[in-house]
Amino acid sequence: MTQTEIDSIVDRYGRKESAILSILQDIQTKEKYLPRETLEYVGEKLHIPLNKIYRIATFYRALSLMPRGRHEVCVCMGTACHVRGAQRILDQIKLALGIRPGETTKDLNFTLETVNCLGVCAAGPVVAIDGEYFGKMSSTKVEGTLKKFRSDQKKEGANGKA
Amino acid sequence: MIPFVIDGQPIEGKEGGNVLEVALDAGIEIPHLCYNESVKPYGACRLCLVEVVRRGKARMTTACTYPLMEGIEVLTRTEKVLRARRMIIELLLAMCPGDKLIQNMAKEMGVHAVRFKEEKKDCILCGLCARVCEEVVGANAIQFAFRGDRREMIPPFQGEAMNCIACGACVVVCPVDVIRMKEEGDERTIIRWKRTLKMKQCKVCGNYFAPWFQLEKFREQAKLPKDFYDVCYTCRS
Amino acid sequence: MVRLSSPQELEKYRNEILSTRDPNQPLITVCGGTGCHASGCHAVVEAFKKVIQEKVKGNGVGLRVTGCHGFCERGPLVVLHPRKVLYQRVKPEDASAIFQESVLKGKVIENLLYEHPTTGEKISTEEDVPFYKKQRRIIFENNGSIDPTQIEDYIAVGGYRALPKALFTMKPEEIIKEVKKANLRGRGGGGFSAGLKWEQCRNASGEIKYVICNADEGDPGAYMDRSLLEGNPHSVLEGMIIGAYAIGAHEGCVFVRHEYPLAVLNIGIAIQQARELGLLGKDILGSRFEFDVQISRGGGAFVAGESTALMATLEGNVGEPRAKHIHTVISGLWDRPTNLNNVETWANVPVIIDRGADWYTQIGTEGSKGTKIFSLVGKVNNTGLVEVPMGITLREIVYDIGGGIPGGKKFKAVQTGGPSGGCIPESLIDLPVDFDRLTEVGSMMGSGGMIVMDESTCMVDVAKYFMNFLKDESCGKCTSCREGTKRMHEILTEITEGRGSVDHLDLLEELGWVTAEASLCALGGTAPNPVLSTIRYFREEYKEHIINKRCPAKVCRALLRYRILSDVCTMCGRCAKACPAEAISGKTKTKKEKGIPFKIDEQKCIKCGMCFESCKFEAVEVQ
Repeated sequence: MTQTEIDSIVDRYGRKESAILSILQDIQTKEKYLPRETLEYVGEKLHIPLNKIYRIATFYRALSLMPRGRHEVCVCMGTACHVRGAQRILDQIKLALGIRPGETTKDLNFTLETVNCLGVCAAGPVVAIDGEYFGKMSSTKVEGTLKKFRSDQKKEGANGKA
Repeated sequence: MIPFVIDGQPIEGKEGGNVLEVALDAGIEIPHLCYNESVKPYGACRLCLVEVVRRGKARMTTACTYPLMEGIEVLTRTEKVLRARRMIIELLLAMCPGDKLIQNMAKEMGVHAVRFKEEKKDCILCGLCARVCEEVVGANAIQFAFRGDRREMIPPFQGEAMNCIACGACVVVCPVDVIRMKEEGDERTIIRWKRTLKMKQCKVCGNYFAPWFQLEKFREQAKLPKDFYDVCYTCRS
Repeated sequence: MVRLSSPQELEKYRNEILSTRDPNQPLITVCGGTGCHASGCHAVVEAFKKVIQEKVKGNGVGLRVTGCHGFCERGPLVVLHPRKVLYQRVKPEDASAIFQESVLKGKVIENLLYEHPTTGEKISTEEDVPFYKKQRRIIFENNGSIDPTQIEDYIAVGGYRALPKALFTMKPEEIIKEVKKANLRGRGGGGFSAGLKWEQCRNASGEIKYVICNADEGDPGAYMDRSLLEGNPHSVLEGMIIGAYAIGAHEGCVFVRHEYPLAVLNIGIAIQQARELGLLGKDILGSRFEFDVQISRGGGAFVAGESTALMATLEGNVGEPRAKHIHTVISGLWDRPTNLNNVETWANVPVIIDRGADWYTQIGTEGSKGTKIFSLVGKVNNTGLVEVPMGITLREIVYDIGGGIPGGKKFKAVQTGGPSGGCIPESLIDLPVDFDRLTEVGSMMGSGGMIVMDESTCMVDVAKYFMNFLKDESCGKCTSCREGTKRMHEILTEITEGRGSVDHLDLLEELGWVTAEASLCALGGTAPNPVLSTIRYFREEYKEHIINKRCPAKVCRALLRYRILSDVCTMCGRCAKACPAEAISGKTKTKKEKGIPFKIDEQKCIKCGMCFESCKFEAVEVQ
């Protein structure tokens, strides 16, 4: 992201220090994550010391300091989904992708996240991929659902079976 | 002055003060870790718990953050308070079993066993280093990062603390003495923040007296001439 | 849109809108709530659009995408006006038939109707469906008939009627008195008297005051606020304007969690439209009262839903709570008097002002007036959002409205109040639901999440789940909360993995006590509730895990054993294919070969359960 683009976002919020979270969220929406240089630049512009920016960037789960995959696989771990077996779904996806929540696959195709309630409890367990909801998920449906988003390269993960 | 009562004893404190500082001044012992006169009270360690009775209701609160109010009754050694403090020190000991201060405080409070899996941490997350760095020194080199059980005190991006001026304030204020500073030749290092700075040599006595980076920052902020710090503080006087 | 500069102009506008709407004109409403989105309502809407375009000439059939109807289990939902015929689980392919048969010819399509689970009776209208019968939908009333992105819809159903009444016929003190008389208690979890809060804020010194709508809805399993903001944002806005007027605030903020993009969008549209009409901004409706609202998004932190933490976030800091020795109504956002209320609380305000506190207090119990919206989810047939009068029993909610437990399984407990609440067992199922009763039994109302659990739910696992949530979400400042939740989770993990010891129960109780007593904010203060309430009512289940190393509900994986019944095994090989650990051996039966029954190598088995799920012959046994 260019400095001009960052400037326009900062200006949108009247260059107010208190808008730091909104500013970082808007940047993240475009960039998909918050590179170090961007955070340093925002800190300079808003006169916020870097240690505080880093604190904010690591406190809020909505913000990510690591590059994200092309597709975000978000498993809802809300209570209703949990009671309907969300943990099993998560374990299955972890196996299928070979990564843990918060991590991104080596080919940068998938980022796995968990969220503590998407608010779609009636359709639980729910997995959201790129904002698209897949309700009533089951362990057997996982691979089929992920398939639509896999790149054409070699499959990831421990479950190397065809 | 605001009058109130601690452990049955009438006492008074200045407006805007807190219960802990008044108690300590009066010689009443209340264990504490994250409190220091030089910075604003924070209330992180939870050791200075006391019971405060106000308008007939008693509640457990940290003495350092409780504002002085007329007519409150503070109880520093009730059964409840002691029981809570003991668990807090046990939790701290489980977290940082190697810290001498925590070991001693635990012994004093009668806590001899730790019923949890011991971790190998040393920092008790009191925040004093960061608070001093921000409020007293103004360097803003370190801060808490992450949250919950992943909370830790680190420089931004976990690398070298680029704003650190190696003044050593954090070294002095850390209650468990886990921030160490060393000087070798013309270099000073704050080990924990991976910060090594070259020291400036006095033109008169030849001693290395302060880091270049630190002096340059002071010079810029105070708009002093370039050669202002060529002579060390001692030689100047 | 023309700016309305008096209550008379607003009424005129309302009449104009109503005059262009024929209540007898056929109207197809499709639920556009997030639950139905997940079930594919978007495709249904598109299908209807196509059908209407193709078939209708001249004055046609209306199509409206509305807010959440609440019956999320049966989505996508379609209601045909004026007869209010309810169709459930509608697919895009059904659109044509619905249009032809139902809308044009007035016939009812049987297989899209709700069928009573026991009598088999087909029910055609919304209000007759058992899910809705015992509900008292006052706050949610209009969700199903208005398009949340059209302010005219809200005005047409009587919206913004309370606002001019408040601004022009009532003094601020009178409004506060009415809200106090109604005994409106905070619907976000605190249950504190809204009227009292408003009064304290009004009386606090300072020219500049703020009102905040807390839409951070962090309790996992609760989504009422989401549906209100998405489905009827003006009801919340109207409440805020009235509240601001009563308190003397001119700036407001709606703080929405970032996981709710549709809610952020819809409240944004609502604010924009309200401004255009002159219902927000300077000189509202000519009253000379000025008030405007901003939207802020949460950053993905449950603790930031706590009022002081929320304000810290708005000030550009991390969402760490502070001690409330001086309340936020006296000194809150930017150290100024701030009144924070939950979404549902605000939505109750126009109802109270419009219909009066006397009417409002007829509903509910002595200590808890009005209705409450619950998200009824988990092991229950009719999952969705339900609005019930305070005082209704848990049994009525779970069985009459919820339709009981699926699969004929046995009810075990209901968890209310989210991570701050507790579990309520079967023995207390006739408990009338209100603030005080729930607290008495060791739980709390919370924001309204109601998670039903059956015999296949492990209560120790539930406690572990909540501790895992809390230790992640704790801001980490207080030793007692950070270490307390961490260690409670650690102990629960030991218990669920077969390493529990008899001392653990006492240790959990002691840890719980300190976490609650010594922590600064309500997260730490209520963190032990799920653990303590499950120990209180399900101690035997804990003991089974600890002493016999068994999980009766068959949830705790480390305590399970998977076995293939060789005499049931058809040797199809599906289990071996599905096993990620290659722990199953055997030979598939083919035309030529006899096959060998499959067997699980327990040493390699990682207990993922894939074999159990993939076997179509129930040959895998779980012990």
